[in-house]
Amino acid sequence: MKKLLTAVVGSMALASAPLAVSAEANKELKMAFDSDPVTLDIHEQLSGGIMQLSHMTFDPLLRWTKDLGFEPRLAESWERIDDKTMRFKLREGVKFHSGNELTSADVKFTFDRLKQSQDYKAIFKPFSSINIIDDYTFELVTSEPYPLLLNTATYIFPMDSEFYSGKTEDGKDKSAIVKHGNSYASEHLSGTGPYVVTERQQGVRVEFERFDDYWDTESPGNVGKIVLTPIKENNTRVSALLSGGVDFIAPVPPTDLKRIKRDDNANLVTMSGTRIILFHMNQDRVEAFKNPKVREAITYAINQEGIAAKIMKGFATPAAQMSPAGYQGHNESLEPRFDVAKAQQLMKEAGYEDGFTITMMAPNNRYVNDDKIAQAVAAMLARINIKVDLKTLPKAQYWPEYDNRAADMMMIGWHADTEDSANFYEFLTFCPDEDTGAGQYNAGNYCNPEIDALVDKANVETDLDKRAAMLKEVEQRLYDDAAFVPLHWQDLAWASRKGVQIEPILNVMNFPYLGDLVVE
Amino acid sequence: MLAFLVQRISQALLVMFVISVIAFAIQDGLGDPLQEMVGMSVSDEEREAIREELGLNDPFLVQYFRFAGNALQGDLGSSYFYGEPTLDVILEHLPATLELVIGASLIIVVFSVPIGVYAAIRPQAWLSKFFMGVSTVGISIPVFLTAIVLIQLFSIGVVVDWFPSDTGWGRWLNDLLTTEGGLPSYGRGDELTPLFGTWETGFLSSDGLAHLILPSVSLASIMLPLFIRLIRAEMMEVLQSDYIRYARAKGLSAGRINFLHALKNTMLPVITVGGVQIGIMVAYTILTETVFQWPGVGLMFLEAITRSDIPLIVAYLMVVGLIFVITNTVVDLVYGLVNPTVKLTGKKA
Repeated sequence: MKKLLTAVVGSMALASAPLAVSAEANKELKMAFDSDPVTLDIHEQLSGGIMQLSHMTFDPLLRWTKDLGFEPRLAESWERIDDKTMRFKLREGVKFHSGNELTSADVKFTFDRLKQSQDYKAIFKPFSSINIIDDYTFELVTSEPYPLLLNTATYIFPMDSEFYSGKTEDGKDKSAIVKHGNSYASEHLSGTGPYVVTERQQGVRVEFERFDDYWDTESPGNVGKIVLTPIKENNTRVSALLSGGVDFIAPVPPTDLKRIKRDDNANLVTMSGTRIILFHMNQDRVEAFKNPKVREAITYAINQEGIAAKIMKGFATPAAQMSPAGYQGHNESLEPRFDVAKAQQLMKEAGYEDGFTITMMAPNNRYVNDDKIAQAVAAMLARINIKVDLKTLPKAQYWPEYDNRAADMMMIGWHADTEDSANFYEFLTFCPDEDTGAGQYNAGNYCNPEIDALVDKANVETDLDKRAAMLKEVEQRLYDDAAFVPLHWQDLAWASRKGVQIEPILNVMNFPYLGDLVVE
Repeated sequence: MLAFLVQRISQALLVMFVISVIAFAIQDGLGDPLQEMVGMSVSDEEREAIREELGLNDPFLVQYFRFAGNALQGDLGSSYFYGEPTLDVILEHLPATLELVIGASLIIVVFSVPIGVYAAIRPQAWLSKFFMGVSTVGISIPVFLTAIVLIQLFSIGVVVDWFPSDTGWGRWLNDLLTTEGGLPSYGRGDELTPLFGTWETGFLSSDGLAHLILPSVSLASIMLPLFIRLIRAEMMEVLQSDYIRYARAKGLSAGRINFLHALKNTMLPVITVGGVQIGIMVAYTILTETVFQWPGVGLMFLEAITRSDIPLIVAYLMVVGLIFVITNTVVDLVYGLVNPTVKLTGKKA
């Protein structure tokens, strides 16, 4: 299960606060994240910031719970009609911020818009149509049996079709999704969520106020006003919390974990995350990487536990596969295999005892301590006589290099948008195919059609136990093949002032459910 | 005078032209703006379509001429991230930076002149030596370190218990070194007063002023020692000159000699240096604004670089170039007013 660690230091310092019995939302919360939402149009970009905004101002049909189960939100219930169809019953009497009432037509509008969105259309590709039965009943239909139907439905945040339809004064279509430049939807918002955006200055602050007619009257949340300030600089964000300038910050950099734990007025929450950090070994560029023994030697040479403990300061979970615990494909039996003697032995067997020279690239501002991790990996490879010529780049320059497969070993971190194992394989280990877009980030050019076929089979298997068994097998075979070099799953951390009860509303997806936040 | 201005304006245009060419030429090295605009799982085809739409696939010269053509009509393009014209974005962020520079300049003027003059008049006094020592240290500490220390001391606060608290002197020392904290450590605060246009000022409310203190002090900390030393050196030189000795012989009061006759001539080179330094200070704001999350152009520029927001980067560089040319021109004009013996270039003798 998820490693959940809550550090509550000096709880005796907590003053005997009056019991908050009334659910009246009158508290103010100041929070600082590392960025603010780039737009108010939740279909313009699929990113962490936009997902956080979506959960504050909209509500999904259903949402993930802490243990990766589902919880009904705007959909009251759902049932499978057949292999390809799921019928949803919508909650009645839900109001949008504009005052309009939520019906199936809004869901259809949203579904159609998602199919148009450049960022979402790939995720919604398996869906063929939506059938409206009545005002509060609709069916989602997929073209093949699709086991991830519910996972994907967590991305459907019904939008106010009346509000987003029609023309603006200067004749632009209100529903248009525009990537750059301003559109109606990027500046106006009407959702069903707990908060209304009252003021927004891009890059400076966003203010939210609680929606008076919010449907979820059972929510314990008592925050009436939220002020979000983006603070990119780690040190400044932590200082803002410690000086009492803000009540809630995310993320907390690993170097400051101790500092926050030591502070009597602060509360730290960390979780093992779901983003895998790994290296690809490019078989097109390096002949030796075609030899499974060499690849295996490299995985034996790298000390995942050491990196997690020393460089990540315990702020990472060492990995031997891509699927984190809780995912269907997570294979418990796979352990990091660090054994330098064995690695040297394998190199000898492969005929590369004297080693060779390779190039390596990693970003230096994308993942936590990415450049230091790359340096450590380079040093570890030196012990099996692989000389590494390492180059680290800022992310803006790194990704074009990544697309060009510009080095023999390249680092990537991946989080599955579907919260499902198959997403990892499709993007990172599938045989690269430009036409279908498979293996888009497979910078190793590793290709094993048998494994791909197995994943494809799992993707139409709606019996979840059978499917899990298949995905676990995929994970095992990738491991045996040493298809890539797994390093760790990056942990997540948040911190708040004492009295702001963030622990119950946090989850591994990093979408804090702020509507339910209780402040003492 | 007119010839001088014409000359300066044409210089400014040349400077901005060169900056725009250079900024455009390095844009390939700045990375791919699409990375910040789309999610990781967006397909290559979709990316290509957006790139085509943005005109990123056109050859360098085509892109540059399109930009230059629009620029001549006052349109410097739209920021990829903000989705607004770059000049509007810069104008929105500029007031914050200017207020920070004004705050720092006030601190510099208020402290550098009296300290510099004192150190020149009484070079042997222990206080002078103390100031000189501190200024050497001050000049060598990087601004972000100063900022972090200031935040720790005055925003978060430190509790010192190094000395035995059961003795009177120990308690006194502990109390002396313990700081309360409480000063705001980021941003400009909530109580800004609108002046005109996009300018909202923090100078008119106590909350706004409180937010200004730490960033202004940090920014001033780099320039203040420089000015103290400059004023001291100039003043000492002036005090050796004949007309001061003559004034002394004439029996004028020390105050009149020091602050009227000597100080006036001391300030001449200080104005020149000061003008140039204000331009440089705009550049230093990048660091200060980052540490204090100050929503000015410095922070905006740094973020534009991490996002490869090329139109915004180009526009910022051009605007900063313009600011440099303007401050230099103003300094030259003021210098001419203070010291009429100096002739402006381009003006007939």
